[in-house]
Amino acid sequence: MDPVGAVLETVGLTKFFGMVRAAEDLSLRFQEGELVGIVGPNGSGKTTLLNMITGYVKPDRGRIRFQGKDITGLLPRAVADLGIARSFQMPQLYLSLSVLENLVLALAIRAGRARGFWTPLVRVDRLDDARRILVQFGLEEHASHDAGQLPEGARKLLDVALSFARRPRILLMDEPTSGVSARDKSKVMDTLVPVLKGTGVTTIFVEHDMEVVERYAERVLAFDEGKVVASGSPDAVLADPAVRRALLGRP
Amino acid sequence: MAIALAGLALFLVVPPFLPEWITFLLTLAWAKALAVLGIVLLLRGGLLTFGHALYYAVGAYTAGFAVKFLGVHDGLVVLVLAVVTGAAASALLGLLLARYRGMHFGLLNLAFSMVLYAILLKFYAVTGGTDGLRLPTPLLAGVKPAAAHLRLTIYYVTVVLTALLLYVAYRFTASPLGYTLRAVRDNEVRVEYMGASVRQAIYCSYIVAGVLASVGGVLAGFSVGHIVPEVSFWTQSGEFVFVALLGGTGSVLAPVAGSIVFEFVRNYAFKYSPYTWQMTLGLVLLIIIFFLPGGLWSLTGMVRRWIR
Amino acid sequence: MSAGLTFTYGVVRILNLAHGNLYALGAYMGAWLVLGWGSNAWPVLSYLLLFLAAVVIGVTAGPVIERLFLRRVYGKAEEIQILLTFSILLILEDVIKLAWGVSPLFADKPYTYMGVVRLGGVDYAGYPFLLTGIAVVTGLLLWLVVTRTRFGKVLVSVITDREMSAALGVNVPRIYTLAFTLGAVFAALGGAFTAPMFSLVPGIGAEVIVVSFAVVAIGGLGSIGGAALGAVLVGLARATAVHLVPELDLFAIYLIMALVLLFRPQGLFGQVEARRI
Ligand SMILES: Nc1ncnc2c1ncn2[C@@H]1O[C@H](COP(=O)(O)OP(=O)(O)O)[C@@H](O)[C@H]1O
Ligand SMILES: [Mg+2]
Repeated sequence: MDPVGAVLETVGLTKFFGMVRAAEDLSLRFQEGELVGIVGPNGSGKTTLLNMITGYVKPDRGRIRFQGKDITGLLPRAVADLGIARSFQMPQLYLSLSVLENLVLALAIRAGRARGFWTPLVRVDRLDDARRILVQFGLEEHASHDAGQLPEGARKLLDVALSFARRPRILLMDEPTSGVSARDKSKVMDTLVPVLKGTGVTTIFVEHDMEVVERYAERVLAFDEGKVVASGSPDAVLADPAVRRALLGRP
Repeated sequence: MAIALAGLALFLVVPPFLPEWITFLLTLAWAKALAVLGIVLLLRGGLLTFGHALYYAVGAYTAGFAVKFLGVHDGLVVLVLAVVTGAAASALLGLLLARYRGMHFGLLNLAFSMVLYAILLKFYAVTGGTDGLRLPTPLLAGVKPAAAHLRLTIYYVTVVLTALLLYVAYRFTASPLGYTLRAVRDNEVRVEYMGASVRQAIYCSYIVAGVLASVGGVLAGFSVGHIVPEVSFWTQSGEFVFVALLGGTGSVLAPVAGSIVFEFVRNYAFKYSPYTWQMTLGLVLLIIIFFLPGGLWSLTGMVRRWIR
Repeated sequence: MSAGLTFTYGVVRILNLAHGNLYALGAYMGAWLVLGWGSNAWPVLSYLLLFLAAVVIGVTAGPVIERLFLRRVYGKAEEIQILLTFSILLILEDVIKLAWGVSPLFADKPYTYMGVVRLGGVDYAGYPFLLTGIAVVTGLLLWLVVTRTRFGKVLVSVITDREMSAALGVNVPRIYTLAFTLGAVFAALGGAFTAPMFSLVPGIGAEVIVVSFAVVAIGGLGSIGGAALGAVLVGLARATAVHLVPELDLFAIYLIMALVLLFRPQGLFGQVEARRI
C-alpha cells in the first residue's frame, strides 16, 4: 500500500471531448475513510471524473490507482468487483422490477451468484437483507412497487441504495440529493453518513446543495472546466472568491 | 403451480378419447412451443430474433442425420444428440451475436438461419435437398412402440418432455441469471456497475434458447415423420415470433397456450384464405401490439382480478 | 435502397423491416405501369413510368405507415418497434399477392432498350450501367440535400438533438414524416429500376431486406457513405462468387458481413454510441 495511505489516487488524469475540456491533469488523493464533497458548475467535469474512476470513460492520459494497484482501463464490472460502487446523477434502475427485486438482485450479484440459473433469486435471507436496507433508506412503503412507478426522489434514493448494497470500500455518489425534497435531503444524508463512517467507507460525493456540502463533507474539492480550483475544509473552499464566482456567478 | 399441474393432467388424460388428427396437432403445438419458449426467454432480455428456426432446424436435421448416417434409431439417444448439437451451434454463433441488440441481433440471426436454409437446400447428397429426409418411427429406450398407439406414444413423450423443460425454464426465469437477463433489458449500465456481465447473461440465455428449440425440432420432426429445409426458412422463424407475442412473455406456460391456439386456428384459416394468411397474421400482431401487449396470457390475469 | 434504409434509421431511429416490401411494391408498380402503358415508339416513357411508380408508392405508403403506425411507438422498447414493422411486412407481402397475383411479372422492355455496350471486345448489357448511374446520382443528390439545403440542416439538427430542435421551433413530427417518406421513395426507386432485370415473384421483399441489411450492417447504421461502400462490397462479393462458385453467392454476402462485424461490430463507418450517464 501507498506510504501515505491514499486508498484512491489519480495521476495526471486528462480527458477532452473534442474541444471540450472535461478533465486536465487531475492528480487527486483520497484517504481511507474520508468523506469528500465535490462542487462545481455544470459541465465542469465532476461526472466525468467519476466515469473515469469507474472505467466507464477512458481517460486520454493519466493513471488511476486503488489501494496502490493500477486500475486504469478496467471495465466498470471489474472496478465494481474490486469494491468501488457508484450512484448516478440520473438514477439507473431496473424499471420493470420491483424495488425489492432491484435490491435482491444487487445482493445476489454481490454474493457472486449472477450466473446461478437453478436456485431462485428471491430467498429469505436476501429478502431480509434487502428489507433492512429499504428501511434504512425510508423506502419500505415502496417495496413492492415497480421501480418505474416511483416518484423522482424515491428513484434517487433507490439508486444510492443499490450502490450501497454492494458494501463497497469506496462509494462515489453523483448528486445523491438532487431531485430529493428539501426535507428528505438531510434525512438521506443523516442515514447514510453514520453508516458510511461506521464501516470506514471512503466516500466521494458530487453535490450542488451548499448546505449539504458544508454540513457533511470533511473536505471539499471545487471544480471548474476540468480543473480543481480550490480544495480544503468546506468553510475555506466555499468562502473562496474564485469558487463563489464560478459557482454562483458572483464573488 | 397447482393450476399448471392440473392443466398438465388434463393434457395427459384426455387425448386417448380425441380423434387422431387433434392429437397430432397437439403434439406439434407442444413441440413448437419449445422453440417459442426460447424466443420468449430472449424477449425477456429485450432480444428479438428472426432466425430462431435455425436451432429448430438443427434439432430436426440432427435427428435426420442420426437416423440416416449413424444408424441411431432410438428417439432418446437422438434427443441427447440434439441437445448437444443445439448447444454447440448456439454456443458458437452466440460468441458473435451476444454483443448485438435490437435490429442487428434480429437480422443477424435471420441471416444465419437463411444460410443454413441454403445449405440444406443445396447439398442434396447429404440433406436430400427440397425432398428432405424421412424420419422413421423411433425406438424408445430400445422398445418399438406398438403401431396402434404410435401417435399417442409420440404425443406423450412430447408432452412429458416439454413439461419437464417448461419447469427448467421456469426455474431459469426465477433464478439470478433469469433476473439479470430482465435487468439487461432495463438497464445494461447498471448491470455492469453491479458487477455482472451483460454479455455472459445474454450468451447463456442464448444457449438455453437454442437447446430448447433444438429439442422442439426433434419432437416435431418425429411427429411429422419427415423434415424439409423449410424448417429453417424465415417464415418459420416469423411464425415462432408471432406465437411468442400471441401467447405473451409473462409466463413460461404462455408459449404452450399460444402455440395450441395458433395450430388450430391455422388449421382452419389456411383452408379458407391461403392468400391472406400472412395479412391476417400481420393484423393480429398489430392488434396485440397496440391493445394486448401481454398476449393471450395477460387475459388470465384479467380473469383472476375479475373473480376476486 | 440501402441508402433509404440507413437514412430513415438515422432520423427516425426505427429500422424498418417493411423497407423490403416498399422496394417490392415499387418494383411491382413499376413493372405493371411499364407493361400497361409503356410504348415501343417512345422508350423514354418507360423510364418515366418507373420513376413515377416509385414516387407514387413512396408518397402514399410512406406517410401512411409513419403517421398511422410508427408514430405510436416512438420511445417504446426497440423490440416493439421492430415487431410493428414486422407486422407491416407481413401485411404488405399479401397486399402484393392480392394486387398482382402469385405468377411472375416480367417487364424487361426498359432493359432491352438500352441495348449492349461493347467494351474491350466484350458485349455488356447497357442497362446495369444506367442503373449504376442512377444509383450514383441519387446518392449524390441525397448527400447534397442533407449537407446543402435548409431541409437537410434541420434534419441533421433533429438527428443530433431532438429536444433542442423541438425547443427551437422545428416541427419534429413533420420532419419525421418527411424523412420517412423520402426513405420510402428511395426504397421504391430501387425496386422500380431493378425490376426490369428480374422477373418478379412474391417474397422478394423479404429477400431484399436481408441483403440490404447486410449492406447497411457492413457500412454502419446511419452512415450514407457506409451504405454506399457496403453496397459496392456486397456487389463485388456477389459477382466474384457467381463466377467462381455459383452456389455460394448468398454466402459471400454473409461471409463479408460476418468478417466485418467480427472486427468492427458497429460496421465500417458506424459510430459506437455510449450512453451519457
Ligand atoms: N460522453 C460525452 N461525450 C461528449 N461530451 C461529453 C461527454 N460526457 C461529458 N461531456 C462534456 O464534458 C463536459 C463535462 O461534463 P460532466 O462531467 O458531465 O460535467 P458535470 O458533471 O460537472 O456537470 C461537459 O461539457 C459535457 O458536455
Ligand atoms: Mg454531472
